[in-house]
Amino acid sequence: MTITAVEAADSRPVLLRREKIERWIGVALLIGLTAWLVWNFFASPTQFINVGLAGLRLGAIYALIALGYTLVYGIIELINFAHGDLFMLGSVFSSIVLLKWFNAGTGGAINWLLMGVTLVIVMAACAGLNVSAEYIAYRRLRRAPKLAPLITAVGISFIFQWFGLVLNGSAPKSWTKVIPDGGLQIGPVTIDWSTIVVIVVTLPLLLILSYIVQRTRQGKAMRATAQDQDAARLMGINVNRTISFTFALGGSMAGAAGLLYLETFGTTRYDAGFQLGLIAFTAAVLGGIGNLQGAVLGGFLIGLIQAFNDGLPYGFGQKWSQTVVFTILILLMVFKPEGILGKPSVEKV
Amino acid sequence: MSVSTPDVVATEPRKSDLVANHNRRWAIGFAIAAVAVWLFYTFVLPHLGTTVNTGFRQWMPLNSINEALVWVICAVGLNIVVGYAGLLDLGFVAFWAIGGYTAGWFMSTFIQAIQNGFYFLSAAPPGQPGIHLNWWIVLVLAGCICAGAGILIGAPTLRLKSDYLALVTLGFGEIIPQIFLNAETFTNGAKGIAPLDNVSALPFGPATITVAGAKLAISKPLGPFDVTTKYVLFVIVASFCVFVSLRIREGRLGRAWLAIREDELAASMMGVPLMRTKLAAYAVGAFMGGLGGVVYAVHNNSVFPDRFNFAISIILLAMVVLGGMGNVWGVMIGALGIAWFNSTGLPQFGDSFNQQFGTEINFPSYNFLIFGAILVLMMLFRREGLFPETRTRQVLQEAERSDDEELDGGEA
Repeated sequence: MTITAVEAADSRPVLLRREKIERWIGVALLIGLTAWLVWNFFASPTQFINVGLAGLRLGAIYALIALGYTLVYGIIELINFAHGDLFMLGSVFSSIVLLKWFNAGTGGAINWLLMGVTLVIVMAACAGLNVSAEYIAYRRLRRAPKLAPLITAVGISFIFQWFGLVLNGSAPKSWTKVIPDGGLQIGPVTIDWSTIVVIVVTLPLLLILSYIVQRTRQGKAMRATAQDQDAARLMGINVNRTISFTFALGGSMAGAAGLLYLETFGTTRYDAGFQLGLIAFTAAVLGGIGNLQGAVLGGFLIGLIQAFNDGLPYGFGQKWSQTVVFTILILLMVFKPEGILGKPSVEKV
Repeated sequence: MSVSTPDVVATEPRKSDLVANHNRRWAIGFAIAAVAVWLFYTFVLPHLGTTVNTGFRQWMPLNSINEALVWVICAVGLNIVVGYAGLLDLGFVAFWAIGGYTAGWFMSTFIQAIQNGFYFLSAAPPGQPGIHLNWWIVLVLAGCICAGAGILIGAPTLRLKSDYLALVTLGFGEIIPQIFLNAETFTNGAKGIAPLDNVSALPFGPATITVAGAKLAISKPLGPFDVTTKYVLFVIVASFCVFVSLRIREGRLGRAWLAIREDELAASMMGVPLMRTKLAAYAVGAFMGGLGGVVYAVHNNSVFPDRFNFAISIILLAMVVLGGMGNVWGVMIGALGIAWFNSTGLPQFGDSFNQQFGTEINFPSYNFLIFGAILVLMMLFRREGLFPETRTRQVLQEAERSDDEELDGGEA
């Protein structure tokens, strides 16, 4: 371990070469991806656009879930494993509130109104659950070694799954959707009603969230806490309340995603949360974890990638779709852990 | 463990001797228990009358002990990665699956391309297609394949921070069973590979020896239901894993692992090669995962991809956490307890409870709640596990910052 200054200077080009190789491989992958997309586009343009629209719809849902990961990671550097299951509970809650209690049917002004009410209820419920999980478990472990909160989050995720199992039963359930089938016909392209609804619900939520984080006092407190908890405390910020608020924001986004998922696919499963959560986490990492715009960008990208892989004539097909996404996760984690929009982090000593 | 005081240093055994004594006591305890179980099931139980027999068949069948031993093997392997080296691995099921499929490929008629069959010290009936190796060889083979896979998975990921590492391993734990499910040409897809060859107890094929003029056939293949002999074999594999992890722990590599677990930066400053040491942890852990996979395949006489799910990784983690990270004996108790509880205890308790009170509660569905609660409660109140090592307790109880800073008590 005795490297003199001269040797250290000599060893620099080796590192650079490695970076260069990684960059070239990255560029090659991107070119390959583009070529594949163009090829598919010319093979069947209509299918391409339809699949792309479905990808956007899926991506909006992923973006909402990914925001929850990124918010929590940004503020306390915890990968909240339970977040995917919170989203699953959101979809199960929506099915219960909207279809069991309100007994909503397809279409009609009243049903749309009920859906709006359900959205609010489910967002509140998921926010409450997330905050209580933080209050009961993560808060006590804030100063513990990193392994401890991570294992706790895995435990909470199992508890949420059990809750979903109790509410939903072990078999997947199908429900009637408020959103009617079919969609807006523009030439040969069909824009599903569900796609429109998902986008119409998601965009305002994203704008509100962005407003809260960027413009309000509470948002400022969040950003301050994320930068330095101790300094924030010295500035008179109630750190615990700020962290709870962040969990509430993330939870409400997961609740909204749950309702939209139910309205898009019409099914609820108690074990849906784990894999969708991991995909959404991939989205958060792709965009740069801790970065809100990044999470949204990553969500849409992953949604598109998954849809293209599943639906295009020259894709790997649906059965490989999760494998493709998780491979992206691994490659990203290894070669570009800071994601697209994130800043490379330097490990503090 | 009493700490020797300075004035009696000369007479008191040295600390390493104390550790060895401590281990010896546990080892003897487990050995006696293992032999006692075997004696009991072979010689005592058949003579105990129907009521006792039925009770044992319901509450403590030897099959569930065998399955628990599979969990012990894997949990001891995971303990090396999580408990010794402090790398959170959430995809341990990948090695379990690779081990299982190695058994499927090399111990069955699955590979039809080899029409006349390739036999090597195997007890399988001759003339079948496929590769038939003796299962001891398959054990070693699977262990080595998994160790290689562990290095392959580990090499690029070990640059990562701990929580990212957990996710990458989780990703691998998801991908590998999916590959086994989807690559139908190589794995028979969802139909799985069944049945496997019957294993033989000894590491060679059928043979006869002459003892005192009488010809004895030895190394006969065990029937698929010869649970008692399988129990003995599984105990041997499990003790091998325990022995290896205890010995490595005392040596240079084990001490390097503990150093990395406690402070990576300090360890690297002391000259511990981080990459190599971490990769060694992955390789050794994965080796045991592979052994567990083969043993599980032999136990079930089949390999199916849907058995290898994420829950397995978490249950293994719960075993390690419950027993006490880093303490092999604690992990063994955790694994035996949880595995029995999961496979037999909880369903049986549910049946009895429902019969007694005329209820219809589905108790096995509570296992999610129970495992989740175990993880959360242990992390909140007893992070070092039920049977901790002094050393682990100190590391895990220590706050990262000083207590003064912690005293804000919710009010800022």
